[in-house]
Parts: sequence; structure tokens; C-alpha cells
Amino acid sequence: MAEDALTTLAIGIIGGAIRVGTPYLFVSLGECITEKSGRVNLGLEGILVAGAMSAYAGAYLTQSAWTGVMCAALVGLLLGLLHGLVCSLPRVNDIAFGIALMLLGIGLAFFFGKPYIQPQAPQLPSLPLGAWIEDARWRTALAINPLFPLGLLLTGLLHWGFRSTRIGLALRLVGDHEGTARALACPVRQVRVLATAAGGACAGIGGAYLSLVYPGSWSEGLSSGQGIMAVALVIFARWRPLGCLAAAMLFGATGALGPALQAIGYSAGYHLFNAAPYALTLAILIASARPHRTLAGAPGELSLTR
Amino acid sequence: MALEVIGAGKSFGAFRALDDVSLRVAPGTVHALLGENGAGKSTLVKGLIGYQPLDQGQLLLDQREVEIPDPRAAQRLGIGMVYQHFTVAPGLTVAENLLLARGRLPLRIRWRQVQTELADFMARAPFRVPLEAPVASLGAGEKQKLEILKQLYLRNRLLILDEPTSVLTVQEAGEVLGLLRGMAHAGDISVLLITHKFSEVLDYADAVTVLRRGRRVAGAPVEQVSAQRLAQWIMGESASPAVTRPLDRAPRPAGGDAPRLVVDRLTVHDDRGLARVRALSLAVRSGELVGLAGIAGNGQKELIEALCGQRVAVGGTIRVDGMPFHAARTQMHRHRVFALPEEPLHKGCVGPLSVADNLALRNFDRPPIRRAGGRVSFAAIRAQARRRIAAFDVRPPDPLRPIATLSGGNVQRAVLARELSEPVNVLIVANPTFGLDFRAVADIHARLIEARNAGAAVLVASDDLDELLTLADRLLVIRGGRIVHETDTGACDRAELGRHMADGH
Repeated sequence: MAEDALTTLAIGIIGGAIRVGTPYLFVSLGECITEKSGRVNLGLEGILVAGAMSAYAGAYLTQSAWTGVMCAALVGLLLGLLHGLVCSLPRVNDIAFGIALMLLGIGLAFFFGKPYIQPQAPQLPSLPLGAWIEDARWRTALAINPLFPLGLLLTGLLHWGFRSTRIGLALRLVGDHEGTARALACPVRQVRVLATAAGGACAGIGGAYLSLVYPGSWSEGLSSGQGIMAVALVIFARWRPLGCLAAAMLFGATGALGPALQAIGYSAGYHLFNAAPYALTLAILIASARPHRTLAGAPGELSLTR
Repeated sequence: MALEVIGAGKSFGAFRALDDVSLRVAPGTVHALLGENGAGKSTLVKGLIGYQPLDQGQLLLDQREVEIPDPRAAQRLGIGMVYQHFTVAPGLTVAENLLLARGRLPLRIRWRQVQTELADFMARAPFRVPLEAPVASLGAGEKQKLEILKQLYLRNRLLILDEPTSVLTVQEAGEVLGLLRGMAHAGDISVLLITHKFSEVLDYADAVTVLRRGRRVAGAPVEQVSAQRLAQWIMGESASPAVTRPLDRAPRPAGGDAPRLVVDRLTVHDDRGLARVRALSLAVRSGELVGLAGIAGNGQKELIEALCGQRVAVGGTIRVDGMPFHAARTQMHRHRVFALPEEPLHKGCVGPLSVADNLALRNFDRPPIRRAGGRVSFAAIRAQARRRIAAFDVRPPDPLRPIATLSGGNVQRAVLARELSEPVNVLIVANPTFGLDFRAVADIHARLIEARNAGAAVLVASDDLDELLTLADRLLVIRGGRIVHETDTGACDRAELGRHMADGH
């Protein structure tokens, strides 16, 4: 019995890591792209919420969940583009504008999202990867949302692309040393604007996950700060896509701890366990902090760490 | 490749930075460009490289008129620049930096193929840098070599070098310049060399052009000039006596033999947690100027930062006048410990603050500037600033100007004014004349000797061995974070010093 409960717990955590971790993955990959170019976008939380809303609205209006995802990506792209363009103006601080963008994104989403709180939009169907397993618990855990494989693909693509494509190298060059990039006639501003836009599109898709997969509806309290946590995740991941994947999964797993414990009948401190990801972030950041060292891997032009 | 500049001019608002300057770099030669800071060398060169196009003037490459509106155009024409400030991305590897320099890259980079190509190139290059190393892990000398390698890799045929040897040891500088001259004389490249060092002009250049206040004042083949001649051209007729006066070195005061500054088995880590100073011990006596020589990147930077309180030592002790010293503000004040950190604008000043505020950073929390109730008297700050600006000849003499708008030499003078206006017991100095012109160098050297003569224990770390040989009573050589050699300056042999700096035999 105890062994059975333990298996249930483990399965719950694995399934939960994917379920809870997917939006973290998309948002942190987006932030990773943006920060590699030397900009910080703190507005990802706003983009996430706006993405969630537009995905839901798009899916409802066209009755196609995938169109909803496209809408979210597009809205994220546009908001990211706005951030990129505004921060290219002289004397604009990317951190300050990021906070403004966060509020703007949330506000727009709430304003335009009012009519979509009640109706039911089509959801993204899950991929039943565990259909061949007898155990119903595994079947549930392995009924993976289709955005997760997409996220894995993106992780691999970024990991390879940062080193082995012209675009990736240009991105890292611009983020690492602006003077060198200019001396090499690399279009610094263009690269940053595009990177911020691409990062916004990723965050938008992360938002689509929230409204179209899990929890799977549009409401004003949908996000629990995934967009803000992503900034910490990227630092924790040391600006590596594979690190982002690991961090997102770790976060998902700790986030799923409460529900998984509840599933085996242990519900004391449910809300305390829900706070586990945040406690974990703090613990990891404190443990990995070195007051007399620079962060290894930080892009040189990043205003956060400079 | 031959380069000819005819009647070059450039204005910034009402300021005429460059006025009717002409020069000719003959094919297969090294041409030196000399002048004080602000003489217009950088403006001219930025025009040649397309970074900041000129307002007037013609450019001829191999007798053909060309236009260079942007850096890409310069690259297409085969003109390459090695900047004084490194233009390599520190977070990327050597291979990635070389590859990026190439400009047009394929969308997908085939690393295996690129690595073979780069290894081939490196095997033929005059010097080597590890390809897979992140640039941040290279020493200054290696970075400078990488800059030059980058130009060779691009097959540029006219290289413009902006003080390329300022961070190299004498041997490295000789090696690099010798190789460049060899390549030039073989007809592979032509070189335009900006430098402050007369010895480099006389030993390695074929011809020289001197600029002063934006105008060309002289030009000649090197065989026809002497160091004295060059100094006259650079300074003009009004060369101040301070520049040519030899350093006035008092005999070391007797009885001052008790060490003032004692470093005992000090270990210091760098930003990445690597030990850069390893159980290093040294002592400096009162009235003694000790030079710390070494190839950049051997722990001097971390040692000086630990002594100045900019970095925490992980092991060992520092004692000043016998008392433990942690570079706390009260200790610095009590023991009269002062410092001239390298890159004074970044490590010794707050750029956007005024000159007056920067001059008060040591004593704003003491009377007379501090008044009752913790208030600060701005009148006292300004009065102090006016006195110190006059005493140290900081230009322009405006106490309210942000210090970041001053030229390098004047920032260094302002920091000197702050650190040397009160009696000094211990003075810690790092690369005090890096990138400064002739006049500023002479001035600063005189001030350091003055502090020594007045009885201070002075420790000077410098990448410029000539500077240390001029200044120091005693020389220490640092390598790999340890002192590996010690000698009196009078009795030392440059070649031997160089060997100790390089690998010690």
C-alpha cells in the first residue's frame, strides 16, 4: 500500500512537472532569447496574460485551438516588438519599460477579455503517449499536452542554434559586447528588437498553454506569476536553453507537489506546498550566490547583472 | 597597399578636431602617427575606418580615390583596425570571435569544417592563441594578439593599430611589432601605427607623421629623426620644463627601514573564483618605490584590488605600520593609505558626479566638509576643489563639470589631486599612465617620485616595464600570482627581467 502510494506520488510529480512546467519552459526560453541579446524584458508576465486571453478568444471565435495558439504568439510578438522598439530609443531603461509593459499587457487582457470569461473555447487535445500502459495513473500522467514536445523541440533548436547558426552567433555577440558588434558592422538594434519580439512570441505561447491546456479557461486570476518567475529561472539556468528546460521541469515538479500529495490522501499544508516553487527559487538563488564572483555565462551587456 | 590622405578635416560643432591633414603610407612600410591625446589621431583614424566619416579630404588607396562611409566599406577595401580598447566579445570563444570577424557567415555554421580552417590558419600565424578558450580567460597580451590575428585572418592589407603594445611586455611588444614590420617589408601589408612610445617609432617604423591640435606639424623618414626631435614636434615650442626635467630622486631617507606595507601569504580569487594571487608576500619600506612587473593577467590586478579594498582576500594578511589592514575606510584614514587604481575613471571616480564631488570622496565625512548634524558643506567641497584643481593643474579648471567629460590625463590628475593632497604613508598605484600622453606621463611620474621622497611607501604595478625602470628603487616580478624575482632597479638586466616575467629560467 505504502509502495503504491509512493508510485502514485512519483507519477503525480512527473506528470505535474510537465503540466505545470510547460508555461515556465516557454516563458523562460523567451526570456533567454531576449537576455542573450543584452536586453531584459520584465514585461513577460503581461505578455503571458495577454497571450492567454488572445489564445482563448482566438480559439473561441474560430473554434480552433491551434488558431488560438497562433493568436497568442502573434500578440506576444507584437508586445515584444513594442518593448524592443521602445527600448531602442535613447535613454529608455529596459527594466522600467518592462514593468510598464507588464501592467499594460495585463490591463489590455482584462479589458478585452471580459466577454470571454463565460464561454467555453475548444482546448488543445492531449497526446495519449501512455495509451499502451495498463496503469491508469501512468496513462493520465503521459497524456502530454502538444505544446510540451514543441517546447522540447525549441529547447534543442536554441541550444544548437546559439552556437551553430549565424543568427545565434550574432545574437550572442550583440548581447556580449556591443562595441565589438558595432565594429563588426553587426546591426545591434535590429538584433535586439528581433530577439525581444521572438522572446515575446514564446511568452505568448506560454500564455496560450494556460488558457487552452491547464488550467484551461480564461479568467483574470489565471497566471500565478510565471512570467516574473521566468526571469529568475533564466538566471538560475545560467542563460542556457537546456538549463531552462531543467529549471522549468524542477519548478513544475515542486509546483505539482501539493496536488500529488493530496492525491495520495495527504492534504495537510496543501497551500504551503503550493508555495514550494517560490521557496525553492529563493533557496537555489541564495545557495548559488557568490558575492565576490560574477555570474558565469551572463551576457556582458545585460543591465540586470552589469 | 599604399594609402594617401589629402587635406583631411573634421569638426565637432565649433571645435576643429582635424584640419587639413595629409599623410602618405608607402606600400610595404610601417608608418607611425604621433601626437598628444586630443591631437586628432583618433579622429583621423576613425575617418579612415569609416567609424566616423571625415568632413573634408580625399582618400587614395593605391592611387585610386575611395570613399569610406562606414566600417563595412573599409573592410571591403582591406583596411583593418586594431583598437586600443579590445573589440573582442569576452563571453565568446576565440574561434567564435575569429569566425564572427569574417563578416558574411552562412546561415548554418559547420563547426567541424570551421575548426579545421581555423587550426590551419593558426598553424601559419605568427603567434598562437588557444581556439576553444573563452576570450574572458585570456590575458591582455593574448587578447591583443587575438586582435591582430583577427586582422590577418581577414586578409586585410592595411592595418591601423592604436597603441597596440600598451598592454604587452617588452618582449611581447618587440615580437609583435617585429612580426608586423617583417610582414610589411615582405610586401604583405602596410601598417599605420599610433603610439606614444618613441622607442617603438625609432625601432620599428619606417616613417613618422606628427599631429598637434588637429594639424600636421611634421613628417619624416625615421632615419632623419631623434627622440628629442619627436618630443619637440609633439609638444610644440612651448614645451614646459616639467616634461624634459629628469626625475628628481632624493636618496632614500636613512632609518626608514621598517617596512610600512607588509603583505604576508596573501591569496586572492578573481571574479570566477580562480586563485590569481597565491600566498604572495612582499614588503615596502618608507621612502621606497617598489615596482611590480609582470605580464598582464598574472595576479597584479587582483593583488592591487585587494590592497585597495576592492576585493576580499581569501587568505593571508596585510599589515600597515604593523597593524592589520582590511582596507576599511577608518583604517585607510588612520594609516594614510591612498590609491591610484588603474582605469581611474571607472575604479577611482564616480563618472557622472562633478570634479569637485569626486575630489571630496576621501573626506566628505570629515570636517571641514562635514558640518554639525551630518550636513555637508558644498561651499567647502567647492573651495577644496578649486585649491586642488589649481595645485594639480586639472584642465579645464571647472569644479562643477562631470568628471567623465574630462580627458584621461586630467581624470588621472584629478585622482592624484585627491590622493596626494594630504600626507601619504602608503600609496598603491596600478598602471598610472596607461593611454596617457607624454606630458601627462611626465607629470604623474614626478608626483609619484615626490610622494616617495616625502617618505611614503609606494607600490606601483605597471604593464609598462620602461615606466617601472624609470620610477622604481626595487623591482618585483610577479608570475602566476607569486613573486618570482626581486632586484634593485640599478642593477637589473632587462632581458633577464623579461625571462622571469615570461617563464623564468
